[in-house]
Amino acid sequence: MTQTSPRRRIRWSTVSDHTILTLGAILMMAPPLLAFITASHDAVTIHRQGIQLGFGDQLGTNFQKAMFEKGGFTQTVDGTLMLINSLILGVGFALGKIIISMMAAYAIVYFRLRFATLAFWMIFTTLLLPLEVRILPSYEAIQRLGLANTYTGLIVPLIASATGTFFFRQFFMSVPEELAEAARIDGAGPVKFFIDILVPLSRTMIAAIFIIMFVFGWNQYLWPTLITTDESFFTLVRGIKQIVLSYTDAQIPEHGQALALAIIAMLPPVLIVVFFQNWFVKGLTESDK
Amino acid sequence: MKRAGFTTVWLPVALLLPQLMIIAIFFYWPAGWALQSSFYLQDPFGFGSTFVGVENYTDLANNGEYMRIAWFTVVYSALVTFFSLSIALLLAVKADNVIRGAKSYRTLLMWVYAIAPPVAGFLGILFFDQRNGPLTVFFQTFGWDFKLGVNYNSTATAMVMVAVWKQIPVNFIFFLSGLQSIPRAVREAAMIDNRSATGRFWQVTFPLLAPTAFFLLIINITYALFDTFGILDTLMKGEPGNNPMTLVYKVYLDGFRGNDLGGSSAQSVILMVLVLLLTVFQFRLIERRIHYT
Repeated sequence: MTQTSPRRRIRWSTVSDHTILTLGAILMMAPPLLAFITASHDAVTIHRQGIQLGFGDQLGTNFQKAMFEKGGFTQTVDGTLMLINSLILGVGFALGKIIISMMAAYAIVYFRLRFATLAFWMIFTTLLLPLEVRILPSYEAIQRLGLANTYTGLIVPLIASATGTFFFRQFFMSVPEELAEAARIDGAGPVKFFIDILVPLSRTMIAAIFIIMFVFGWNQYLWPTLITTDESFFTLVRGIKQIVLSYTDAQIPEHGQALALAIIAMLPPVLIVVFFQNWFVKGLTESDK
Repeated sequence: MKRAGFTTVWLPVALLLPQLMIIAIFFYWPAGWALQSSFYLQDPFGFGSTFVGVENYTDLANNGEYMRIAWFTVVYSALVTFFSLSIALLLAVKADNVIRGAKSYRTLLMWVYAIAPPVAGFLGILFFDQRNGPLTVFFQTFGWDFKLGVNYNSTATAMVMVAVWKQIPVNFIFFLSGLQSIPRAVREAAMIDNRSATGRFWQVTFPLLAPTAFFLLIINITYALFDTFGILDTLMKGEPGNNPMTLVYKVYLDGFRGNDLGGSSAQSVILMVLVLLLTVFQFRLIERRIHYT
């Protein structure tokens, strides 16, 4: 009796663990999955019956329309163009942020500078205020600089925050001090040390932070909404509301096409997060956002 | 700074310059400008402005609508934070328990992280559709006349549910990595001391997770305040009307649709102070967190 009862209890708790986890997985999986299934039906079916549980035969057509048919208010933008814009924003933001913040972190950690502390605080104050709380003045600044409806105006203001610098600073601090000393004794200058030793050493960190930043950039909504009024600069995430609205205002709303577009908007970041999940988790938990 | 620092002067300056220029132009200038214009009343046609002191702020304090939105923001943030943290904690504890399939569960539970808030909001529109959304139908079977975008409470419920769903993965990842960093020895000692799994959780695991939970608390409040803009905007289909909204949405609405520069700037400044307080609080906790580990 005393032998069997704990054993059985353990087995029951395992079953309940798996049940709860499966329910959790269904909770997370179901909405996007059902959206995908529903995207395989024609507009009339979706309009009349809503979410579908089985696949239809319109998947290819809907995706093709979403990618290549021009939509929106001025009929000048298709899914392909928005996909390209999203990629430019995601990759441009991630790369820009990594390069600029690595340089700044290197300067702060490895050099004896009189105003290093001042620079440090100037940069780290930006951690305090996310773009959302200063959208209006940032928008004004962009307008005055004539950067509205440009990729520069879209990307650069998003870089104005210290998350990346903070992350690389912490990493550089953990690099053994002897490394820089050894490099100096061997006659390597600061530039050579940075490019030949520090950058290769940071490879994993760079990959991790790239994934986080790419997803962050790709998913931007408020800033692109303000800064791009010209539809040829629309990203998928920015365009999605407009397009969805214009599709759903029609006589028979083009739900299939709108859904296909939403799927395209979530696919690239989801794939990156799933395939590189170890780097992603590392980047997320170690950067502390 | 490293002890063995390089002594070149021009190089670090050149390295710092891009970052400093960007934050000067896109951070300090706008933030200062917001602070300044919050004390001015802007002419509606853009010709000049008059200094009104703290009038923009007192106006807000006396504005019933603004106070109602502030109250909604508090309730909304509290609900989103509470539910997304507790669901994620439950799932993380279970995922930490199981041996078989742990990796698959992790993947399935975290990938929603990559979905953009407005896209999540769009999925919400499907599920809360007025005629045939499954969740609308579900609520109606309980006699609740659920109407997204029409009924205040319905829209608020949808906003909370979508925002919670979207935030579960982040919390799950942090809780799970927090759980996995608890040393084996501690777990085994707890096993011997306390046979009840629930007791073990509340007496040993939870206190060890507390630093992670505190940190996530701030992250979640910040998320509910700022990052849910896209969810709100899609769920109300860009038509604020009588719909519930958060303070950030109100800044956007007054500044960009209402052209009330002074009022919107004053709201921005209020939010800045709020975030500042949150961050100071967070930094103190992070410092304590470092002592823990």
